[in-house]
Amino acid sequence: MPVAEKLLDLQGVSMAFGGLKVIDGLDLHVDEGEIVSVIGPNGAGKTTLFNLVTGVYQPTEGDIVFAGSSIKGLEPHQITRRGIARTFQTLRLFLNMTVRENVMAAAYGHTKAGVFRSMLRTRGMRQEEREIRELAEKRLAFFGERLMGYRWDQPAYSLSYANRRRLEIARATATNPRMLLLDEPAAGMNPKETQEITELIAKLRTDAGYTILVIEHDMHVVEGISDRVVALDHGIKIAEGTFEQVATSPKVVEAYLGTGGMARK
Amino acid sequence: MGGYDDELTRPLEGALEASTSEGPTSPAVGRDEWVARHGDNRARRGGPLGALEERLRVVPWWAWLTLLVAIACLVPVAFDSGYVRRVAFDIVIYMLLALGLNVVVGWGGLLDLGYVAFYGIGAYAYALLSSDHYGVHLPTIVTIPLVVMIGAVAGLLVGLPSRRLTGDYLAIVTLFFLQLFLTIGTNGDDLFGHNVTGGANGLLKIDPLGFFGRDLPATTGGGVFNVAYLYVVLAAFVVVFVALRFVNLSRTGRAWRSLREDPLAAEVMGMPVNWLKLMSFAFGAAIAALSGTFVAALNSSVFPLSFSFPLLIIVYTMVILGGSGSQAGVVIGAILIGILLELLRDPGDSRVLFYSVIVLGLVAALRLSIRLTAVLGGLFVFGVALHSIAGAVDDSWVNGSGGAGGGVADFMANWVVVPTEPAAWIAPVSYVTLVAMALFLTLLRGWVRLVVLVPVLYLAAFVWENVMLAKPEPTRYIILGVILIALMILRPSGLLGEKRVEII
Repeated sequence: MPVAEKLLDLQGVSMAFGGLKVIDGLDLHVDEGEIVSVIGPNGAGKTTLFNLVTGVYQPTEGDIVFAGSSIKGLEPHQITRRGIARTFQTLRLFLNMTVRENVMAAAYGHTKAGVFRSMLRTRGMRQEEREIRELAEKRLAFFGERLMGYRWDQPAYSLSYANRRRLEIARATATNPRMLLLDEPAAGMNPKETQEITELIAKLRTDAGYTILVIEHDMHVVEGISDRVVALDHGIKIAEGTFEQVATSPKVVEAYLGTGGMARK
Repeated sequence: MGGYDDELTRPLEGALEASTSEGPTSPAVGRDEWVARHGDNRARRGGPLGALEERLRVVPWWAWLTLLVAIACLVPVAFDSGYVRRVAFDIVIYMLLALGLNVVVGWGGLLDLGYVAFYGIGAYAYALLSSDHYGVHLPTIVTIPLVVMIGAVAGLLVGLPSRRLTGDYLAIVTLFFLQLFLTIGTNGDDLFGHNVTGGANGLLKIDPLGFFGRDLPATTGGGVFNVAYLYVVLAAFVVVFVALRFVNLSRTGRAWRSLREDPLAAEVMGMPVNWLKLMSFAFGAAIAALSGTFVAALNSSVFPLSFSFPLLIIVYTMVILGGSGSQAGVVIGAILIGILLELLRDPGDSRVLFYSVIVLGLVAALRLSIRLTAVLGGLFVFGVALHSIAGAVDDSWVNGSGGAGGGVADFMANWVVVPTEPAAWIAPVSYVTLVAMALFLTLLRGWVRLVVLVPVLYLAAFVWENVMLAKPEPTRYIILGVILIALMILRPSGLLGEKRVEII
C-alpha cells in the first residue's frame, strides 16, 4: 500500500469497567482507504473497541483521533456526523419501520429541515425529503436485487437474517461516512452468503471509497478482504501484519488454542 | 415468524435461483417475494369484510379527516340539545389530548405518566393570563401561543430527567410530577404568602375566548353551551392533526420512531437522542396545554382535581385502545371512549350497552352455531327458573329491580333476582365469586365450559343489576378495564395499531 494518511488513530487507549481492564494501552491506526480486520477470541475486547471509537463508551485513558482531530468525549451522534458509521454484532435495526425508512432515518445527521418547516412542508423541506428518499434508494440499490423493489415498503422484521445484515450496512452508509466499522458482518451466514459479503466489503471500498475496520471470526473472510490484520487478546494487541503473519504468529495460535492444556499442572 | 423463511425454504433455492437472481428472465413474483409477502397475505382477511378493508385502505388520510370534521359539524345541526353539543366538545378535547400523548408514548416511546399535568398547566396558565386573579386580561390571540409555549417549556423541564431515565424510572418521575402539580394546585392559595392558584376552590371568572375584539361567551341564552366553542376546538384539532401528520413524515418523525425502536442504534446513526426525547415531551405538553386553554375558557373556572389520575387513565386508555403510534387510531379511541363514558353515566343506557356487549361477545366467540343457541337458551331457562323459585320463596327477593322502564329493564325484572333490600354481604360475595368463576372458566375446555358459562353469565347479570348499577362511577372504570383486557387478548396492538415485533 502507498503511504497514506492515518484516518483513525487510537493512541494508548485503555478502557476499564471498575477493576476489569477490557482494553489496555491499545495503539491502532487505520489509513485512508485501508481495510483492517480485528480478530481475537471471545472477550478479547473487539466490540468494546468499536464502542470506544463510536463514543458509546468513553476511554479511561488515551486519545482517539479521527481525520486529524480528537473525537474523545464527543457524543455518539456527533462522532457519526464526523464520518464514522457502524453496524452491530447483535443486529439493531428499527424492526417496526420499513426497510426504506430504516435507511432514511440514518440521514438525520446531514440533513437539517426543522420541525416547523416540516409542519409547513416548505419547498426546501420537500426538496430535502426527496433527496433523502433518493439517497436511501441509492444505498439500498448497492446491494443489487437483495434489497430492491417491493422490499422497500416491508417492515424490517420481515427480512431474512442475511438481509438484515445487509440492511444494517445500507443504513450505516446512509450517514455518509468516511469510515465504516463492521461488527461481524458474516456472522450467522451460510457459505454462499459469506462469499457474497466478502465481495461486498471489497466493493464498499473500491466503488464507494469507504475506509473499513471490520471485526470478523470467519478466517476466510478475513483472508479475503484484509490489507492488515490486528489480533487482540484480553484487550492487548498481540499481533499485527498481513493475514499470513498474524495467522502464523505463535501468540495468536496460543490465544485461540491455549498453551497446550496437558502441560498445565 | 418471517425471519427465517429463507432458511426454511432453502431446498427450493437451487431450483429457482437461476430465475430469481440473474438476468432478464426473472419472473414477476419470485420465491423470495412470495415468502416475504406471505405474512401480508395471511394477515389480509378474506370475504366481503376483507374486500371492504382493502377498499378503505386506498382512501387517503385527508379524506378521512374531512369526513370526521364534516360529521362533527353535523352534530350541532342534528342535535339541538346543549348537552349533546357539550359532549361533542369534550370528545374533541379528548381527541387533542390523545394526539398529544401519542407523540410522547406512541412515537417517542417514553412512558409519561405526568401527561395530564400539562393539560392542567395550560388551563391554569390561561386562567392566570385572562382573569381578575391578577387583573391580567390578554387577548386570546396572544394568550394561546403564550400558553402553548409555557406548556412546551414545562414539557422540556419535566423531560430533562429523561436524558438519563427510561421505562419504569421515567414513569415514576413523571407520576411524581403530576402529584406535585396537584399538590401545588390544591395548596397554591398560600404559596409563601401569595395566593397563586386559588387552592382547592380553584380560579373563577375566567375570560371567555375572544377573537378580533369580540368575546365568545361560553353560554348563550340561559346557560346553554355556545356551539362556537365546538368549532374552535375542531379547528384546533385539524391544525394539530395535520401538523403532527407532517412532522411524522419528516426526518424528526422518523427519528422519534427510531428512538422508540432502539435508542442506542438511533444515537449511533447520528440522531441526537436526548434532544429528540425532550422535543417529543415538549410537543406532547404543548398540545395538552393548548387543550387546557379551551376548557378553562369554556368552564370559566379551573380546579386542580380536574387534572388528576382518572383523566390520565382515560387518556391512556384512548391511546392504547386506538393503537399507540397511529394518529387515526388514537382519534378513534378517543371518540369511542368518550361516547362510552357518556353512555355509562345513565343506568338505562349502560344496561342496554352491558347486555349487548355480552351477547355480541358470545356471538363473536361461538359464532352462529348450535352452541350459541344452547348457551342463550340455557341462560334464559336458568334465569326464569331461578327467578320463579326465588319468587315463590319470598316476594321481596325479586322485587328490587326498579329504575327506568323499557324492554330490557322489564325483561331483566322478570329474569334476574334482585332483592328489595339486599343484605350487605351480597355485594362483595357475589362480586368476588364472579371474578373467581370467570378465572375458573378459563381453565375449562369443551362442553364443560359451555355448561359452566351459563351460571357465570347469570352471575354477571346479577352483579350488574345488584351491585354495579347502584354505583355508576366505579362501574364506568370497571367496564373500561374489562374492555381493555378483552382488547389485549383480541387485538394486542389496538384497533388501528400496526402489529409490532420486539425481537425475532
